[in-house]
Amino acid sequence: MNVDRRWRISLRVVALGYLAVLLLVPVALVFYRTFEKGIGAFFESITTPAAISALFLTLEVALITVPLNAVFGVLAAMALVRGKFPGKRLLDALIDLPFAISPVVIGLSLLLLYGRTGWFGPWLTEHGIQIIFSLPGIVLATIFVSMPFVVREVAPVLKEVGDEQEQAAATLGASNWQSFWRVTLPSIRWGLAYGVVLSTARAIGEFGAVSVVSGKIAGETETLTLLVEKRFQNFDLAGAYAASALLAVIALATLVFMSVFGSRRAES
Amino acid sequence: MITVENVTKRFGEFTALDDISIEAPDGKLTALLGPSGSGKSTLLRVIAGLEVPDSGKIVVSGNDATRLPPQKRGIGFVFQHYAAFKHMTLRDNVAFGLKIRKRPKAEITAKVDELLHLVGLDGFADRYPNQLSGGQRQRMALARALAVEPSVLLLDEPFGALDANVRSDLRAWLRRLHEQVPVTTVLVTHDQEEAMELADRIVLLRDGKISQVGPPRELYDNPADDFVMGFLGPVSKVRGELVRPHDVVLSDRPEDGWEEAMVQRVVHLGFEVRVEVVRHDGEEVSVQLTRAEAEALEPESGSIVWLRPPSSAKVSA
Repeated sequence: MNVDRRWRISLRVVALGYLAVLLLVPVALVFYRTFEKGIGAFFESITTPAAISALFLTLEVALITVPLNAVFGVLAAMALVRGKFPGKRLLDALIDLPFAISPVVIGLSLLLLYGRTGWFGPWLTEHGIQIIFSLPGIVLATIFVSMPFVVREVAPVLKEVGDEQEQAAATLGASNWQSFWRVTLPSIRWGLAYGVVLSTARAIGEFGAVSVVSGKIAGETETLTLLVEKRFQNFDLAGAYAASALLAVIALATLVFMSVFGSRRAES
Repeated sequence: MITVENVTKRFGEFTALDDISIEAPDGKLTALLGPSGSGKSTLLRVIAGLEVPDSGKIVVSGNDATRLPPQKRGIGFVFQHYAAFKHMTLRDNVAFGLKIRKRPKAEITAKVDELLHLVGLDGFADRYPNQLSGGQRQRMALARALAVEPSVLLLDEPFGALDANVRSDLRAWLRRLHEQVPVTTVLVTHDQEEAMELADRIVLLRDGKISQVGPPRELYDNPADDFVMGFLGPVSKVRGELVRPHDVVLSDRPEDGWEEAMVQRVVHLGFEVRVEVVRHDGEEVSVQLTRAEAEALEPESGSIVWLRPPSSAKVSA
């Protein structure tokens, strides 16, 4: 018994220590360095024109990509769990592709497709459409890297819930559309909420792919993560920490919002 | 009235329903009885429109419903595992079909209250399904199915997931409910006792084919074959013939033409007493006696008795 207990305690210490050293300490340090010189300094460095523009660009990108990911994610999860079609396993494997490929490579591949010398480059130039070094490129890169989260969170929930409730809804007269809104969506809302949180965190935090396609034009195509890097390169450590803290706050706000959404839907 | 005409349904190589034709008369309770894999649930799902038959016809109240989706068949369906909407209160569960039909709010409230009272769940309206017992959930599911006033009620092993004592309570309750609200009902079950107690007519299925159709007593008293006889109640084998254990007569004196046997075991099951005897050729026969019969005979392990297999209970092949 004694040995067991000692084992248990040391295992816990190791596990918690591991988490603390690798996760907690770095994040805490960012917040500590951010507010080291007081809240005024923090406020100042996140209200420069470049910082405000970066914040709005990051939010804009997230507001475009996350809803698209949510809709596609739910549809893909339903197809994977309920559907019977050829190529289902291929789709299943494809969805994990963004996890498997390095973001920098994703950015480069977009450059090869849409860049001035890329496949679609001449056609795009001819029609006056700019994708690389502007918002569409950043959105495309962000969608690519943040796509799998909703699918991967919703699919297992959908599988566990089963389709009996939907069959019951059908026998009670509900159309497929009514059945989806009234029965399916409420029963997967937690998986969806979690997928949205993860997808948002990834969208606002993406660096590699966005860094390749954005062009990093201050005040125009510079997202918060790119701003953090620029400030870091320019030895503006306090400014880099402040922008990082802002990123963390956005992620946290999403988490809180989605938990409230989840529980309110549960009560209604 | 539901008519199923020459319905065949295959799943890959497996033939779940093989040219089935049945009728479920108005206001009556028809039981689809059979072992697992006999096709009874598939047949119910075909009637509901949850499965599409490969060939054949489903006629509900005179209208060909074979190609109609489940939404348009005017049915109520109760699932074995309740299929309760977990994120809705009982009231919202029961009101679901009425809300889909966009009935006025006041009408919905009144109807739901009436139904919750009917199934004995008044006062539970604001609970969620996970706050109810299995039996309560199934009664809720029944109220939900009845809310849309279906012309046909389909029950798929409705008590299959419940404890034995809850099951027999609910069975008695369902029989009273059916007398109160005599909607045409088709019940799927693998439990012959449940079918005998509830059904006006039993359709006994085996391997996707119909073994026999008729009132419960007819199937019990005049089984078409050994399978029907064995499925509808306990059987004993005497000289290779199937008989009901309560039709075997035992005596403590030798009589003309009767056979000697030795008592192996006596089991007292309340009112009935089960006596297991072994005949001289080693064949074991289970005999069911009433308590009074057992008291007169006083069988005990090792004693010798004489048995007369009844000729009247012989199976007509």
